[in-house]
Amino acid sequence: MLNERSKRKCAHPYIPNSSPYIQKEMLREIGVESMDQLYSSIPDELKFKGVLNLPDPLQSEADLKRHVEGILSKNRECDDYVSFLGGGCWQHYVPAICDEINRRSEFLTAYAGEPWEDHGRWQALFEYQSLVAELVEMDVVNVPTYSWGQAAATSIRMACRITKRDEVLISDTISPERLAIIRNYCEPVVKILLVKHDPETGMMDLDDLNSKISEETAAVYFENPSYLGPIETHGAEISDALHRFDALIVVGVDPISLGVIVPPSRYDADIVCGELQPLGIHMNFGGGLAGFIATPDEEKFVMEYPSRLFGITKTIVDGEYGFGDVAFERTSFERREKAKEFVGTAAALWGITAGVYLSLMGPYGMQMLGKTIMQRSQYAMKLLSEIPGVVAPRFKAPHFKEFVVDFNGTSLSVDEINRNLLSYNIFGGIDLTDKFPELGASALYCVTELHTKESLDRLAHALKKIIEGGIAK
Amino acid sequence: MMRKGDFKLRNFHEARWSEPIIFELSRKGERGIIVPEVEKEIEELVGDGVSVLPEHMIRRDPPRLPEISQVRVLRHYLRLSQETLGATLNIDIGQGTCTMKYNPIINDLLANSPKVTELHPLQDVDTIQGALEIMYKLDLFLRELSGFSRFTFQPGGGSHAIFTIISIIHKYHELRGEGEKRDEIITTLLSHPSNAAAPAVKGYRVISLYPNESGLVDVEALEKAVSERTAGFIVTNPEDTGIFNPRIKEFTKIVHGVGGLCAYDQANANGLLGIIRAVDCGFDLGFFNLHKTFSSPHGCGGPAVGAVGVTDRLVDFLPIPIVEYNGEKYYLNYDLSHSIGKVREFYGVFPVILRAYSWIMSLGAEGIREVARVAVLNNNYVMKRILSEVKCASISFPKTKQRIEQVRYSFEKLREDTGITSEDVIRRMADFGFHLWTSHHPWIIPEPFTIEPTESYSKDDLDKYLETLKRVVEEAYETPEKLKNAPHNCPIHKIRPEFLEDPERWAITWRAYLKKREKWE
Repeated sequence: MLNERSKRKCAHPYIPNSSPYIQKEMLREIGVESMDQLYSSIPDELKFKGVLNLPDPLQSEADLKRHVEGILSKNRECDDYVSFLGGGCWQHYVPAICDEINRRSEFLTAYAGEPWEDHGRWQALFEYQSLVAELVEMDVVNVPTYSWGQAAATSIRMACRITKRDEVLISDTISPERLAIIRNYCEPVVKILLVKHDPETGMMDLDDLNSKISEETAAVYFENPSYLGPIETHGAEISDALHRFDALIVVGVDPISLGVIVPPSRYDADIVCGELQPLGIHMNFGGGLAGFIATPDEEKFVMEYPSRLFGITKTIVDGEYGFGDVAFERTSFERREKAKEFVGTAAALWGITAGVYLSLMGPYGMQMLGKTIMQRSQYAMKLLSEIPGVVAPRFKAPHFKEFVVDFNGTSLSVDEINRNLLSYNIFGGIDLTDKFPELGASALYCVTELHTKESLDRLAHALKKIIEGGIAK
Repeated sequence: MMRKGDFKLRNFHEARWSEPIIFELSRKGERGIIVPEVEKEIEELVGDGVSVLPEHMIRRDPPRLPEISQVRVLRHYLRLSQETLGATLNIDIGQGTCTMKYNPIINDLLANSPKVTELHPLQDVDTIQGALEIMYKLDLFLRELSGFSRFTFQPGGGSHAIFTIISIIHKYHELRGEGEKRDEIITTLLSHPSNAAAPAVKGYRVISLYPNESGLVDVEALEKAVSERTAGFIVTNPEDTGIFNPRIKEFTKIVHGVGGLCAYDQANANGLLGIIRAVDCGFDLGFFNLHKTFSSPHGCGGPAVGAVGVTDRLVDFLPIPIVEYNGEKYYLNYDLSHSIGKVREFYGVFPVILRAYSWIMSLGAEGIREVARVAVLNNNYVMKRILSEVKCASISFPKTKQRIEQVRYSFEKLREDTGITSEDVIRRMADFGFHLWTSHHPWIIPEPFTIEPTESYSKDDLDKYLETLKRVVEEAYETPEKLKNAPHNCPIHKIRPEFLEDPERWAITWRAYLKKREKWE
């Protein structure tokens, strides 16, 4: 009996009504003979009559797990190596509670519930907005967008709408990926001009900036620390220069630096954006990204956000907090093509996670973290500079966690160095040779709180051996 | 199996913890987690690390974050999670257009592997072969389901996919020297709002075609709208009404006739998987949402993937890089001659890509078709029961009886009879642990509600939902105040929206609230 039954077509575990018995009953209730009749509104000529060329299913969960894990086992993750890769996705410590919360079924599988039934989701996202707001000292923060690149692109478009101008200046030390995102997002509506950097310090070339600002300028956008690592210390001068022309200053930040570095609001930035991934979110092969945007609480800014903005409110019961959408009619859900850009599913779960992270870290956790990262990166720079032919950092400026290592004094390319480092179980820094040709053989190294003295010593030792070997060749 | 008459309204009450706002939990000196300090040797060599900064760049006063012990932070967020009606806990058929389906736990387990979470996108290609293999193979699967030649996973959601599509259309015409001339995108009013919104970001004039009495756009309306200014046509089909446009191939032909491109919004392809393919309807490009149709969880609104597929002639326009295989090794190809560049850093949300891959692997060709067929079966069953048993509800465009995977209904008669609106019904449904949603704007269907019963729900589940809906509607006639004042059994009560629309009083962060709260009195 058992055998007979198992041979029959069985219901797929994910599809309760794939049971033929139930299907029959439901078809009877609907009043049709067959499942095919339910598709009678689709013309026959459009129907796919072939066989989908898909692999045979692995219906048993055990087989499926073995199969997928088999493929994943071909990956070598950063836990197995010492990694110095950053450049927009960084390996920081993820507190256990961050995962505990974002893996809860309630949060993981929720979507668009109403403020009363999904109260927890609304409160958690309001709190995330509020916690990031303290980091950047701005009174408005959005529900996250896709990534920093999108946050920067939207910040720029907001600045254009606010100033009613369509020319934007961007520091040429921006991440090349983010610049590509911004270019596509602005084309053909906004004109982009790049501002040079000082080759000594890596900071913005203020003369070049001043020569490019005009009555047409909507805003300047720069990142602090920049993609290449230097911390821009002339924020106030840049703001002055822009504000004289009634243009805005838009700054992208790595929020994990803001425990020790002043937020851009202190040098009069108008819009601040950045990447949430460092705040308790795993790298996920680049899948952990989420962008935030922050502004002052003025109508002219708030009404230009495309994102959802969760606000606190009262309920009909005294003393009860509730939440809801602020100025929803800005959004494309309400106004379609007349809206401010568009909004949809983006990265809310990572916003909640960033909130959990900041709640755990508190003021002194963020301060300590900033300090320890700066100490470790400075130690790494010192150590690498002692290797003949290596200059670290390339730029004479204060740095946070990333810095350019200049290998031009060695006989090796960055590619050769990085290949050799793999045999020491080290992922070397990002090769900048193609993206920043003026830097020659240079790489962007990232050091975080996870790099122990031992791992940094290991890097220095390996590099020394590789470079010595290279020169001997 | 449940029989008629067996049904009892669930005695439900969602968790109500009355949790303070996180800042109110702050107690001076408490700590949630300790950060690793540096070794003594490092401190001796480099000092405090911060002094390299000029004084004006040092944040001497730490950010005003709350100070809370670890266990209290955990308890706070666990309580907030309990005050959230996640899809898995629910019979979530009331969130129409969003394809709420079972998100298999095995796929979460796989996505949480360090082989996924601890991967940096710029690692040496030899160390990410597993990740690239999954991306490459999922691309092959989606090609089968659409007929397209190539997919990108870079867009981080459906709206982002639409923007990517519009960017490709723009670049395509620009390259042919028609970028400025072709300044119009055509869509339909009942297509997703982002089909209209995203083209406007790219500077397009947007033409929205209105439905006729049958809920369909007339071919003649499209013929009138197209011209040498048409850059492209983007449409959801079936639209949010669940009505499939059977003349879609004529539509794409007309647009091609004037030199425009045709894009298919298949964010929700759930009723059509393996039934029809985008290319066979004449589309040049389109997208699937991996977080909807392909079972990756919605995450309160992302992370997500809108996978964009294109026909041969548009492959070179895709964002870079795409994944290739040379027979031995997977690699990233950055060399696409007309690429729009990038829409998101790196390659897409890999955990979502992985879940979609695993989901398809568990189903195979027959299973995938069964998903679609059962989604349509469930939808027609729910529609049949609503029409025959909920007398004050109707379907939109009642002339058209056939629906695919969802239906937009109307409570117009209910409102006429009782004054009760669909929003009142929605709030009362929450008292029994059920979510229901109205519709996108504009509300051309009066008092709308939209139900999409995906393949994940059993007949019993559907019956329970429907019986509850019936009881709530009965209450509307008998005790309407119960609906007017609902919800009663949720974490909070009805909210007061007036504070959210007033710039003087709205508060988007706690620090703004503290400054503005006196204006609330």
